[in-house]
Amino acid sequence: MPELVNSHERKRLHARLIAKLGLVVVGMFGFGFAMVPLYDVFCDLTGLNGKTGRMAVQDVEAQEIDENRTVTVQFVANLNQSMHWEFQPADTELRVHPGRLYTTSFYARNKAGHDMIGRAIPSVAPGQAALHFKKTECFCFRRQAFEAGEGRDMPVRFMVDTKLPEGIETITLAYTFFDVTETAALQ
Amino acid sequence: MSAVAHDDAHHEQHPYWIKRWLFTTNHKDIGTLYLWLSLLMFFIGGIMALIVRTELFQPGLQFVDPQFFLSMTTMHALVMIFGVIMPGFVGLANWLIPMMIGAPDMALPRMNNWSFWILPFAFAMLLSTLFMDGGAPAAGWTMYAPLVLQTGAAFPFLVFSIHFMGLSSILGAINIIATILNMRAPGMTLMKMPLFVWTWLITAYLLIAVMPVLAGAVTMLLTDKYFGTSFFNAAGGGDPVLFQHVFWFFGHPEVYILILPSFGVISSIVPTFARKPLFGYASMVYATASIAFLSFIVWSHHMFTVGMPLAGLLFFMFATMLIAVPTGVKVFNWVATMWRGSLTFETPMLFAIAFIVLFTIGGFSGLMLAIVPADFQYQDTYFVVAHFHYVLVPGSIFALMAAVYYWLPKWTGHMYNERLGKWHFWLTTIFVNLTFFPMHFVGLAGMPRRIPDYALQFTEYNMIETIGAFGFGLSQLLFVYIVVQTIRGGEKATAQVWDGARGLEWTLPSPPPYHSFTTAPEVK
Repeated sequence: MPELVNSHERKRLHARLIAKLGLVVVGMFGFGFAMVPLYDVFCDLTGLNGKTGRMAVQDVEAQEIDENRTVTVQFVANLNQSMHWEFQPADTELRVHPGRLYTTSFYARNKAGHDMIGRAIPSVAPGQAALHFKKTECFCFRRQAFEAGEGRDMPVRFMVDTKLPEGIETITLAYTFFDVTETAALQ
Repeated sequence: MSAVAHDDAHHEQHPYWIKRWLFTTNHKDIGTLYLWLSLLMFFIGGIMALIVRTELFQPGLQFVDPQFFLSMTTMHALVMIFGVIMPGFVGLANWLIPMMIGAPDMALPRMNNWSFWILPFAFAMLLSTLFMDGGAPAAGWTMYAPLVLQTGAAFPFLVFSIHFMGLSSILGAINIIATILNMRAPGMTLMKMPLFVWTWLITAYLLIAVMPVLAGAVTMLLTDKYFGTSFFNAAGGGDPVLFQHVFWFFGHPEVYILILPSFGVISSIVPTFARKPLFGYASMVYATASIAFLSFIVWSHHMFTVGMPLAGLLFFMFATMLIAVPTGVKVFNWVATMWRGSLTFETPMLFAIAFIVLFTIGGFSGLMLAIVPADFQYQDTYFVVAHFHYVLVPGSIFALMAAVYYWLPKWTGHMYNERLGKWHFWLTTIFVNLTFFPMHFVGLAGMPRRIPDYALQFTEYNMIETIGAFGFGLSQLLFVYIVVQTIRGGEKATAQVWDGARGLEWTLPSPPPYHSFTTAPEVK
């Protein structure tokens, strides 16, 4: 650095540079966390990761029903790890027309001898169909408290978008129930 | 610099032994501490690797239980990456950057002391997990959720040791940037800086950009495990794949943090022993900067198999392959520097040439891995292990060794034993290839990594690898012997040491005075 004999001057230069670099460090630490919402936004926009499209009721009514096309929708119910529940779909599959609203349900029962809280996470395959699979009602993501031995039906209202790409004939909607009894207590 | 002034400086600056090393703010002392830490961790990580290789000598489970085997692979990686290569290059930076740019010391000497002394604590914490309930971390150095969340008592120690290592690297990087930008001698413009200084400037920027991201990622793991958050927990709407994205956003620039300073070292050594200036200096600088930039947009090539859209696969494949262009420029420039030079083959040059050849092999296998359909086949096999060991061992580690042989006479004032140095080189090079080359074959044939047992048909190659690994490990004892012998005495080194050496550090006497340039030299 030319002609910087003055140590005072140099200290000021260092301080300014350190402040800037420190900001970069703090910013990048924040960026790591910002990747979490960014990732969700990215997945929502692209429908990657099996995240389903969201839709308000009036949008559903505005859709024209495509009677000429039939798509098979399969329902899968999974239990995570050693969760002693019963969990199954009312219908294993439905043949649907794009644009029409359908209702089905899943049945879950807590077979364990104590109260539990579960949470179901949906996933749609194939990925290209995920954006075009819309649910207006779903029991997913919310905490579902079940007393010991309690069982109930949980409805799902869904529609397959008319813009579903050609060539997709089967869509699978899978729910996985997770035991969140302990973590729910933590929050 | 007169001899009298030199002696005075010694008297003023050397308090008692403990005080000197614990409280030192001198760039040479701190550089030395970093290098010794790096050497110590090299042997600790090496023993872990040898435990892995012993178990893999034969198929079946012989010596260790699978959990401990996985602890060894995990800890080996963490120790070698954060404990050997990174501190090794920071040690070189401390010793050399002030001497190369004509500064008396680093810009922030007290912070420099901190950034070193955090490390022994970080590694004591990491290594203490070996004795804990549930054993040391065993989920791989990549710490993928949710597997890593099953770690026992060791888990918070793993997270906090990573925080400390990150803190140390960030402080060190800030110091290096401040030194390079604010402390250069008059006339030392950016484009006159030695390439080692350039590569470290760029590496330091990579460090401050990505170490905080790693700190964030492990913090999220910590809160997921203990505070009920759901960043990576599917039950709470999180996603384990997100961890891989955050981790590799750090992880890919990290691999260039591990290799860029080596490029600087090789670019210093090759011109000296070819007795020609470096071919294509400016293109070297731009190539380094391009590699650093590209390293931020290729991370998903580590996770091609998680399920990505075609567009994503193609983007990350082509961006990855693009890195071969600036890297190719570098290899070309080194070869062009040697072309028609008056070559001699002292130990540093031997290591440098081996670096160029063997690192390029690692680069080629990297290109193979960048090809998406091929990667689907190679993912998680020994081919990947062969690839990254080729770029890290005969890559980064060879560069560190070349650097030690090259600058050791400058640091100690004594020449090392050239005959033993050559022995060390040839043993190391032969055994390194014996260890890692067959891994390509067993990998292509489908042997998975991170598993303590394997199918019978891989036995011969695995035996060869284990023999190579022990040979490589034992050869490093010779390295320690040579270094200690050189510190203790030997033929006096001249200031210039190598007749082809150019640069400010060679204008100082060997060993250099405690404070390098108390009056700034003039650079023309």
